[in-house]
Amino acid sequence: MSNFLSLRRLRALCRKETLQILRDPSSNIIAFVLPVLLLFIFGYGINLDASAVHIGLVLEDAGPEARRFANNLYGSPYLQVTTGLNQKAMEQAMAAGQVRGFVVVPQDFSEKIKRPLETAPLQIIVDGSEPNTASFVQNNMRGVWNGWLLQRATERGEKPATDITIESRFWFNPSAESRNYLIPGSITIIMTVIGTLLTSLVVAREWERGTMEALLASPVTRTELLLSKLIPYYILGIISLFLCVGVSVLILNVPFRGSILALWGIGSLFLSSSLGMGLLISTLMRNQFNAAQAALNAAFLPALMLSGFVYEIRSMPEVIQAFTYLIPARYFVTAIQTIFQAGTVGPLLLSSGLFLLLSSVFFIGLTALKTRRRLE
Amino acid sequence: MSEALVTLEAVQKIFPKAKNPALTNLSAELLPGRITGLIGPDGAGKTTLIRLIAGLLTPTAGTIRVTGLDPIKDATQLHKTIGYMPQKFGLYEDLTVQENLELHADLRNVIGEDRKATFKRLLDFTDLSTFTTRLAGKLSGGMKQKLGLACALLGTPRLLLLDEPGVGVDPISRRELWKMVHDLIDQGITVVWSTAYLDEAELCEEVLLINEGQLLFYGKPQEMTNRIRNRSFQIRNPSGSRRQLLERALRHPSVMDGVIQGHHVRLVLRAHTKPLDLRELDAGENAELIPINPRFEDAFIEALGGGPGGDSVLAQRLQPIIDDHKTIIEATDLTKTFGAFTATDHVNFAVKRGEIFGLLGPNGAGKSTTFRMMCGLLAPSSGTARVLGIDLKKSASLARQQLGYMAQKFSLYGNLTVHQNLNFFSGIYGLKGPQQKKIVNEMIEIFNLHPFLHTRPDTLPLGFKQRLALACAVMHEPPILFLDEPTSGVDPVTRREFWTHINGMVEKGVTVMVTTHFMDEAEYCDRIALVFRGKIIAAGTPDQLKSQVATADNPDPAMEDAFIALVQEQSHE
Amino acid sequence: MLSRIVTLIIKELQMLLMDRSSRMILIMPVVLQLGLFPFAATLEVTNNTLAVFNEDNGNQSLELIKRFSKAQAFSELIPLYSELDIRQVLDNQKALIVIRFPADFSRNITAEHSATIQALLDGRRSNSGQIALGYVQQILLNYNNEHLIDQRRSPPSILITRNWFNPNLNYVHHIVPGLVAIITTVSTLIITALSVAREREQGTFDQLLVSPLTPGMIMIGKAVPAMLVAMSQATIILLAGIFIYKIPFVGSFMLLYLCMVFYVLALVGFGLLIASICATQQQAFLGVFSFVMPTVLLSGFVSPVENMPIWLQYVDWINPLRHFMVIVKGIFLKDIDIPIIIHNLWPLWIIALGTLSAANWKFRQHLG
Repeated sequence: MSNFLSLRRLRALCRKETLQILRDPSSNIIAFVLPVLLLFIFGYGINLDASAVHIGLVLEDAGPEARRFANNLYGSPYLQVTTGLNQKAMEQAMAAGQVRGFVVVPQDFSEKIKRPLETAPLQIIVDGSEPNTASFVQNNMRGVWNGWLLQRATERGEKPATDITIESRFWFNPSAESRNYLIPGSITIIMTVIGTLLTSLVVAREWERGTMEALLASPVTRTELLLSKLIPYYILGIISLFLCVGVSVLILNVPFRGSILALWGIGSLFLSSSLGMGLLISTLMRNQFNAAQAALNAAFLPALMLSGFVYEIRSMPEVIQAFTYLIPARYFVTAIQTIFQAGTVGPLLLSSGLFLLLSSVFFIGLTALKTRRRLE
Repeated sequence: MSEALVTLEAVQKIFPKAKNPALTNLSAELLPGRITGLIGPDGAGKTTLIRLIAGLLTPTAGTIRVTGLDPIKDATQLHKTIGYMPQKFGLYEDLTVQENLELHADLRNVIGEDRKATFKRLLDFTDLSTFTTRLAGKLSGGMKQKLGLACALLGTPRLLLLDEPGVGVDPISRRELWKMVHDLIDQGITVVWSTAYLDEAELCEEVLLINEGQLLFYGKPQEMTNRIRNRSFQIRNPSGSRRQLLERALRHPSVMDGVIQGHHVRLVLRAHTKPLDLRELDAGENAELIPINPRFEDAFIEALGGGPGGDSVLAQRLQPIIDDHKTIIEATDLTKTFGAFTATDHVNFAVKRGEIFGLLGPNGAGKSTTFRMMCGLLAPSSGTARVLGIDLKKSASLARQQLGYMAQKFSLYGNLTVHQNLNFFSGIYGLKGPQQKKIVNEMIEIFNLHPFLHTRPDTLPLGFKQRLALACAVMHEPPILFLDEPTSGVDPVTRREFWTHINGMVEKGVTVMVTTHFMDEAEYCDRIALVFRGKIIAAGTPDQLKSQVATADNPDPAMEDAFIALVQEQSHE
Repeated sequence: MLSRIVTLIIKELQMLLMDRSSRMILIMPVVLQLGLFPFAATLEVTNNTLAVFNEDNGNQSLELIKRFSKAQAFSELIPLYSELDIRQVLDNQKALIVIRFPADFSRNITAEHSATIQALLDGRRSNSGQIALGYVQQILLNYNNEHLIDQRRSPPSILITRNWFNPNLNYVHHIVPGLVAIITTVSTLIITALSVAREREQGTFDQLLVSPLTPGMIMIGKAVPAMLVAMSQATIILLAGIFIYKIPFVGSFMLLYLCMVFYVLALVGFGLLIASICATQQQAFLGVFSFVMPTVLLSGFVSPVENMPIWLQYVDWINPLRHFMVIVKGIFLKDIDIPIIIHNLWPLWIIALGTLSAANWKFRQHLG
């Protein structure tokens, strides 16, 4: 047994690694400062809900019906309305980004709507350069318009023009706030940075500084070498995970409905997969600079772009969609968003966990194969 | 006759993608309880051999046995019986001395009472007891080296492999290390010591002399030195310029090699030549030719086919600078503090035109700081550093145009080609058009860079890197040269070639300021300032410094003796 | 003086283009950004899954379901048969949205009563859910209007929607101009910070400092190559956007490049500042990474700046990308007028002035 694993040697190596982590400012920054910074950026800076979007209102008609409609617009909590008389000026404001869209109430609007057999058109012009906001603007304006029609019909004792109404309800996230899923999702990015970027640097650093050579000439075994990198960084990652969860729940007020145990379990699996990838990269590269770049391209970018944490996987071309199934971050994003918002959903967590387990085995196994007891 | 501890049989190592084998057909048997020197210039294959013995590389051909084990197959067994100190010592710089020791103790299963005793013994032995809580990265070069040795010694190895432990370490630390290693030999440990310092070879019981992967010599160093017995001489008290004398001497058909030693010139004659007549060399009335002891280096130069000539084509193309006896470089009360630490403490010196001025000192003594302030890379805390009467820090790209600079480690653009480097450095010094082309071509001619024009300097042999660095520093024909440890790690032949050029240029009136920890190099200087703990503790010509420490026991001390004696005298105060 | 600067610039370009690994640093982002981002960075909802729990099975509900399934947003339709199924599909993210028709749905419509359907959405993806809901509402509205016409009634008002600058709300039109700005950012920072750090690491920086070059010349020597390379990369993306992704470029190229020059200057300052606090290339790399992340995330590329809390919008003022993003998208898609450009340009001038003087000061101080 002692030929493969000596607890004393392992403990000594882990202790060394821990001391190095604690004393290296850049490790500390990556492990503790960057996560909190990112969390705050995602908590405050990234907000997909156009909650008070600026729009314009060109009121060419001063009739009562037009004013009714305008009042409804002003009353919407989702819109901040700037009123103007001149369409040209409003177009300018939209080009400058001051309003995201505007409604034109034409001169004859009040006149036309009075006549039973005529239809009074209203025009909405939306800045399409920001498609997501544009969708929101359209939806919100349509909502206001619908409400106005319904209200008008009721007041006049008419049959409403719309027969079908839709009642919508968001499960897990009733107020439909994007930060409630963006913040848990961003923890994936943070775990990737720690697991892959940080660890990709550590083995490479030992090669660069020549300490690996000294280790290789000692009785240290491959298993010990590997475990001594995995264990301390695993602990660091888990601490960082719970730090992030703490900040999310206590400071950023994201609801947490699942079980801590499930989070710990799935977090451990994702972390070991990330660590495995990081170690594999630095074992292959042996140079900190190349390792950092490889980690960025192989782990960070896919986690940001293809994990489905901001961007919609189902809308990507099928080739890319198929590729996302190979990305561990995708499974962790789903899992952690579920644990935060929906609670502990057994089947989903199990299937995600299974994949993460497979990828951990793959990366760590490959690293073990590639770890040499020699310099070649 | 005891059994060999390490057996090498026709060992060959070829790295993939490399043109030439790193080691060819090397056979030797290293006996236990001895110190074997692994000698050769940089890139000779020393490190490869040590790694092969340590089982860190697989030989391409041949067999290796270490304590009867195959280093590859029985690596686990082997690593319990060897101690290995890689280059740069393999220490964790962010761990303390104690933590480094504990790590290696745990790795080698040194526990319990044994551990305590071993730590105490090693700390006493290495004199590190008072520094146990200091981070390894904050230790001086000499202390790192001792700590590296202590770590390698944990678990009491039978075989100790030391890869260039002397690099970047000053003579005092090197001497201490030698003493420590000899103690180990007395305890029965076998030591393999690799070094580029040929003077260390003489201290080994046996040497393996390697050059370009070939074993040139294997045996007692004395045997090698004996080959050139009675051929080493010193010309004492020559009149006139000793640099010109050396140049003339090296042109003489009987002379194989020569260097300057203070006021004297040291020559090695070719085998089977008639005795040298000093009148032929125009050495002056009082000059005497005195036979002296041969050195290992003399034999090494011969083994490599003799030294380079004494003519510098580089210097010949220079216009002579009129010697106006002006002070060119001047430091006045130059002081630099980093926090509470004073790196340079009220240093004063002045260098006149056409002089070679050397800053000599142990690691961390402050010579580098002083040097950097002189060439404007560092601002003094107080005092002034003037070149041509101008403070380089403050202004004066004009003044900087007047100087050439060679950094301590090779620092040209490693990923540009040789030609691009030449074009770049001539360009930033304002050369352009046909004139630039002409000068670049001359440099290529002088330094034989033709075959390498489109290679990257990183892949050049060290000697050519050295030439390229010199070419880049002198293309704009600067009247002042700043050289920071210009030849560390370079083989003696290249070093001689380098100094031939420097000597030639100085004869044309170029002023040189150089830092070094090579005693040989110090001998070339007209004047030396010995820096210790930020202060100049002695200054004068090399001979003055040597005579300061002459005693009845040692009436003719070497530069190294002077260095050590002066520094120790100071540190006892 | 000029010839020395030219020498510096040539050297820098040679360094960037000759070395395989530095070439990779320059090529990889362009390839990734061109090949991946336009497809992957999308908040659109297409090809998603809709689940339907139809307790009604009348004509009207079947007609609506048919219409839903024809919509671009949904390519897959899961029929559900119990309340339990709803829980199942939503919990396990099998569907983004569940529509539930009550048993009396068709009966109500036929009887010309009002009818209500329920939409249940996955809040873990509330943004996509809201967009999907928008599509569902649009389908309902059209159905309604047709229904009215069938009844020979005309709706009192209709809503005509026009999207300017990007009529089909194509996400690529938003992404590619953004990428032009981002590639400029990443390249300029990487080139300046890394090349200075590399020179310092390899000792060549000292060589420059002892030469007759002034700190100003060295800074120009770093800025110009970064500018040339970053702007060429931006051009590649710009051309790809116009010719491959067929995005109409409506503004003036001249203005865009002019603004880019100012933007690069602002970034060079940041790049040199990062380099001045880093000792190695690896640190510089991490430094650039830590700088670029927040810069891009808070630039308005991922989500609009106006959605941030007010205090953060003020802090974000020093983010040069935020201003440049408006300019690039404005010129590319909207052909904005010069006053609008200047409104977003002057912060860049101030930032450039600030960072460059700080970098210059740091450079000189480094000698001390």
